Amino acid sequence: MSVNLALLDTTFDMCIKCTVCTTKCPVAEIQPDYPGPKQSGPDGERWRMKGEDFYDEALKYCTNCKRCEVACPSGVEIGSIIQKAKARSGRHKPKIRDYILSHTDLMGKVATPVAPIVNMVTKIKPVRVLMDKILDIDGRPSLPTYSWQTFRQWFKKEAPDQSVFKRQITFYHGCYINSNDTTVGKDLVSVLNAMNIGVQLLKKEKCCGVPLIANGFMDKAQSNAKLNTEQFREALEGDSECVISTSSSCSMTIRDEYHSLLEVDNRELVNRIFFFNTFLVKEFEKGNLPDMKPVNIKIAYHSPCHLIRVGGVVFTLEILRRIPGVELHMLDQRCCGQAGTYGFKKENYDTSQAIGAPIFDQIDSINPDYVVTDCEACKMQVESSTNYKVLHPLSVLARALGVSK
Amino acid sequence: MKTIETDVVVIGGGATGAGILRDCALRGIKAILVERDDIANGTTGRNHGLLHSGARYAVTDSHSAKECIKENRILKNIASHCVEKTDGLFLTLPEDDYSFQQTFIQACAEAGIETENLTRNQALKLEPNANPEMLGAVRVPDGTLDPFRLTSANILDAVEHGAKLMNYTRVTSLVIEQGEVRGVNCLDMKTGQPVTLRSRQVVNAAGIWGQQIAEYADLSIKMFPAKGSLLIMDYRINSMVLNRCRKPADADILVPGDTISLIGTTSRKVPYEDIDNIKVDSDEIDILIREGEKLAPILGQSRVLRAYCGVRPLISVDGDESGRNISRGIVIRNHAETDSLPGLVTVAGGKLMTYRLMAEMTTDVVSKNLELKTCCTTAETKLPGASPSKKTAATSISVPINASARYRHGERADQFLKDDALSKAVICECEMITRGEIEYAIEQLNAHSLVDLRRRTRLGMGPCQGEVCACRAADVLQTTLKKQGRETNIAEDLNEFLQSRWKGVLPVLWGDALREADFTYWTYQGLLGASSLEAFSRTKINPDTVSPKISLETEV
Repeated sequence: MSVNLALLDTTFDMCIKCTVCTTKCPVAEIQPDYPGPKQSGPDGERWRMKGEDFYDEALKYCTNCKRCEVACPSGVEIGSIIQKAKARSGRHKPKIRDYILSHTDLMGKVATPVAPIVNMVTKIKPVRVLMDKILDIDGRPSLPTYSWQTFRQWFKKEAPDQSVFKRQITFYHGCYINSNDTTVGKDLVSVLNAMNIGVQLLKKEKCCGVPLIANGFMDKAQSNAKLNTEQFREALEGDSECVISTSSSCSMTIRDEYHSLLEVDNRELVNRIFFFNTFLVKEFEKGNLPDMKPVNIKIAYHSPCHLIRVGGVVFTLEILRRIPGVELHMLDQRCCGQAGTYGFKKENYDTSQAIGAPIFDQIDSINPDYVVTDCEACKMQVESSTNYKVLHPLSVLARALGVSK
Repeated sequence: MKTIETDVVVIGGGATGAGILRDCALRGIKAILVERDDIANGTTGRNHGLLHSGARYAVTDSHSAKECIKENRILKNIASHCVEKTDGLFLTLPEDDYSFQQTFIQACAEAGIETENLTRNQALKLEPNANPEMLGAVRVPDGTLDPFRLTSANILDAVEHGAKLMNYTRVTSLVIEQGEVRGVNCLDMKTGQPVTLRSRQVVNAAGIWGQQIAEYADLSIKMFPAKGSLLIMDYRINSMVLNRCRKPADADILVPGDTISLIGTTSRKVPYEDIDNIKVDSDEIDILIREGEKLAPILGQSRVLRAYCGVRPLISVDGDESGRNISRGIVIRNHAETDSLPGLVTVAGGKLMTYRLMAEMTTDVVSKNLELKTCCTTAETKLPGASPSKKTAATSISVPINASARYRHGERADQFLKDDALSKAVICECEMITRGEIEYAIEQLNAHSLVDLRRRTRLGMGPCQGEVCACRAADVLQTTLKKQGRETNIAEDLNEFLQSRWKGVLPVLWGDALREADFTYWTYQGLLGASSLEAFSRTKINPDTVSPKISLETEV
């Protein structure tokens, strides 16, 4: 019954019970078994301090989208409180399935050398039925495909010589770009080169930790955070101006969550870790604005939850606004329901689809040439649930610069 | 005038009165309890809620220590749903005399209280929020005791054995015929109707207010009221009871009660005529925080929910009016013997911890006076709620709702944990109270108002102090009372409830508690339009105009 109170974060004490968080929770809106972030977070924490008997299994429904944290007027890190409570409870023993879904860098390492086979196999109906039955990975959503050549391999062999540029930045590519879809990484190199900035990679990098946190592998997430932070430090002590990420979730994690959730002190580095959009807008403002050709496309922009969390949507919009020939339609700021690995899980698939349905309908009614979003998980969800192709904002920019891969 | 006949009238709905009512009922004696307000509204509901092991008294008062450890073991059995076996630590801080620890351990051993001497590290492992500068600690079988539920469970058992509770009924005089007390004249505080209860024995268990009851018979019982103030923290900052290993002093007990922690108490003499108007002084709050931080440094960074105070009913023995001969022990006076006034028995002194023993001793005297030979069984008979549950909860009820309802009501929670959506709807989110639990408290536990519901369920006792739940609960209260054919002015009741919450918040109005109070004000006065209700417009938000019928400062 007794709880180690010293381990608990007490920021929940600031909650004034206004319940705005619950009104903004995409899960509470459609899943009646989830009591919402107020009760699961600050309210529940008081009970969990009383004893483990009061732990609510319904915490598993939280997608960690962090819309509650955006809504909170009191600065309570509700999503993090819930993630920590889940991990502390030890009730959600990760399954093999959760291991496979969350260890994105390891899976990439295993799958990329045999990518065509993996990609083909994960499209075969009977295989998906088996995965559904045995692993509880839902048979309906399309699974991410793997790239034959990793981004790192491409960068080493085929990227132009970066040492010709006076200015250098370090690119934290993350798992998806390395193993699944290298396009955005290649586009970043092209765009920055067009702006006379060279790109370096870290000597090594690990998954940022976001899927590990969501699946209860806190220790692994923390050890990744330590390794990555050491790598960032080394790069920033060298000739790199800053570290850039092109994934909104990776970027939030490596900059904010390492310190606030995983207890890895990176505070002296955070001012030099950027999401691509803030870096580019700063450059544009300073006059480093390359010539753009009209792209003449109609796009529907979807704001990823974790980009909203860090207040970054406005910078992506600023980039899109500067591209000539873009007809920009803003989708409502709703969660798409994928939440990283959440939507792949059999028990969550229906919830995930119900959360995303209004977005899918809105996309249909706009009928754009492309949906644009900064998050690879949102991309997978929209492409799996609609007939539209999804681009990263950098890829739109690369087209305008005529350097698209 | 309405007249009711019974064997025994018990005056006072504190733990002692409730215990006597139960003891009478279990012995087959017909009894009625009259209380001018609600149960557990006086000193019973205004203390630490500490299940003493007796260790606190071991050095200074070994008799009390022995009583405590004996009752401690009894209550853990008969009132298991009102008790939490947290254990306690007596910390020796650098400013304390370390040699006292040996005296303390020795005295505990003599009183039969088991102790375990711990190093600093062992103690910190058990209680990580304890002051890390401690020199060492002694572990004792302290625990927590919920005074509201304890009183309520005693009443419930008594009622189920044929007794009757008349709350909101004030005694206006004693019926004295031919030199014998033969009952009480009362006033129904809700309807204003007089009622006479005729009985063979009257028990004065009115605590500090017992002096006034005695005056109705021209008897002199001199009370020496001492005020004690406490603070409630937002959440459990400690999981074991923390004490200082030294002679008892101000603000040296930190108790984890239910979802919160309590630090207390101060001790200040107050004039008897002020007992209905005591307030927490701001310097007491300073002392409580300063001393509390020494037990658990986190206390200084945590939100204080409320401040409240109560009056210790200290009584002078042997008619001494100087106050030199004050007893903290149990005082029972059979006025037939001491004052040649048969029919009246007074019980006073003692403490929450020994309420059952006081009730046993009093009922023994009452039995003797009635020439009955029945024996007391309250030390062995479990209270309602303390037996194991026979049912498992409906699967659709969430774990915290189920666990918190069982924590509060034991197996009696079976009666209201139902599968239907309406009854499992959460009304009070801080304390996880469902509509079903509120209906149960109204129908089975004699709750007439929102404030009564608070004492029986913890409604409004969490961080929001009624902000979220008060209006929801008001609706449930009105609907349920209507079903029973009872009318209520719900706006007035809601106002009284919010004012009583506000009263406890006011002395600690800073930081997040201030933001919370402000938000509550805006919600009720603005959003919900309470300011347009007559009941609300009559009361200005001003501490001096807060005048609930209850006249003491503030409750837990």
